[in-house]
Amino acid sequence: MQYLVSVVNDNTDFATGSEQAAIDLFNDQLIADGNWVFAAGLAAPESSTVVDNRREGPVFTDGPFVETKEFIVGFWIMEAPDLDAALKLAAEGSKACNRKVEVRPVLQP
Amino acid sequence: MTDAREAIAQAHRKEWARVVASLARRFGDLDIAEEAAAEAFATAVERWPAGGVPPNPGAWLTTTANHKALDRLRREAKREGKHKEAQMLYDDVPAPPGTIDDDRLRLIFTCCHPALGMEARVALTLRMLGGLTVAEIARAFLAQESAIGRRITRAKAKIAAARIPYRVPTAEDLPVRVDGVLTVLFLVFNEGYLATGPGTDPLRPRLTDESIRLTRLLHALMPSDGEVAGLLALMLLIEARRTARVSADGELIPLDQQDRQVWNTTLIAEGHKLVRARLASGEAPGRYQILAAINAVHTSARDERDTDWSQVVALYDQLVLRDSSPIVALNRAVAIAELDGPDVALATVRRLEGSLAGYRAFHATRAELLRRLGRKEESRDAYGEAIRLPGNDAETAHLTRRREQLK
Repeated sequence: MQYLVSVVNDNTDFATGSEQAAIDLFNDQLIADGNWVFAAGLAAPESSTVVDNRREGPVFTDGPFVETKEFIVGFWIMEAPDLDAALKLAAEGSKACNRKVEVRPVLQP
Repeated sequence: MTDAREAIAQAHRKEWARVVASLARRFGDLDIAEEAAAEAFATAVERWPAGGVPPNPGAWLTTTANHKALDRLRREAKREGKHKEAQMLYDDVPAPPGTIDDDRLRLIFTCCHPALGMEARVALTLRMLGGLTVAEIARAFLAQESAIGRRITRAKAKIAAARIPYRVPTAEDLPVRVDGVLTVLFLVFNEGYLATGPGTDPLRPRLTDESIRLTRLLHALMPSDGEVAGLLALMLLIEARRTARVSADGELIPLDQQDRQVWNTTLIAEGHKLVRARLASGEAPGRYQILAAINAVHTSARDERDTDWSQVVALYDQLVLRDSSPIVALNRAVAIAELDGPDVALATVRRLEGSLAGYRAFHATRAELLRRLGRKEESRDAYGEAIRLPGNDAETAHLTRRREQLK
């Protein structure tokens, strides 16, 4: 089972040197234990473009589709047998990146 | 006819959780487990009065519920053209020696999982383990039936979608998870013992009985857990005073004015025994064990004047170290008033104003202390403040009468 672990924050400040080191260490552990699927950091919400191609021709709109005080600044996709295991990994991830995270199950095919 | 009805009621109390828990394990789905268990009991209501009570009601109910669940799965398989796969995970590994392998324990930990909201945990626990209907839970919490129904449905859906496992947590996680379960059980008990809102009976035995029954079950399944034993003792010692707590005309009677003759001595003896066993264990007590010990001191005094207040204050001092909440500090102040006088207690209470100004018991305590110090005017005002804040009717009646006495 896969879980999306989103990193939530109210600013887009880069991880500090020690935070990045902790994240690298945590990622190595995820890979070693077979929990790693994917991870990435995201650019600021203002850099996003909304695309709607449900009618004739795509419409492009600047900015995030909804303005919020807190937003997703990065994410992991983790493989875990159940929510208890995912929550444990997410807790370690939160500590490593020094930010809040949200765990959401990925629908199984 | 009445025999069959009594047998069904008894089977419901004794077997409901067992039936739901074993079905949840077998079918890996709480929804199926709940529905099939409810159908099995409905079938018993239909058949037992005429056909007689089966020799082993528990086994009959489990078998019937299993058939109902299989029927539903076959119907769904036909409709969807495929077999519904079990969704819930459980450990196939046999439980380590010395631990009790019981599906009901798995069910308790799943229903009280920290990933579920507190209200959802309460409703789910009462439905799945207590066997209360959605209507009964709604009545107990003064909520809309549809809201409780949605809460339970949503929680079951999350358990399935997020894969909340159906198992007893590992030893490493157990203390925290047990504490989470105890929070749910104590919340249900408290709501039954002293309703938080008006317009309902001040005492709701359905909730206190149910929480005691579930805590008893947890204690039977985890006999060496000190906090489980502590919470059970605490509930029993509070429950023992139930009939003395509300007057015939629905007014709350505080501890110092209760008729101690009507306290339930059987429950007190059982509670004291549990507290003594915990003391004998030599392990450092947790919050519930200390609260139980405080209640053991109160229930040991045949007369209010015989209460060992220095012991009560010493226990509160221990409690404050573990629980720094202002409510604990307020309760400690009540004991301080008996030991060191109301003026000392009042000074302590004053310091809590910042965090407890919106809390009824804070103003009621202040009013009581001011009354004892002969400061009538201020006391009357404090009672007024307490009455204005939300609380149950029995308490309001008590506070109103107290205020009238000061005229």
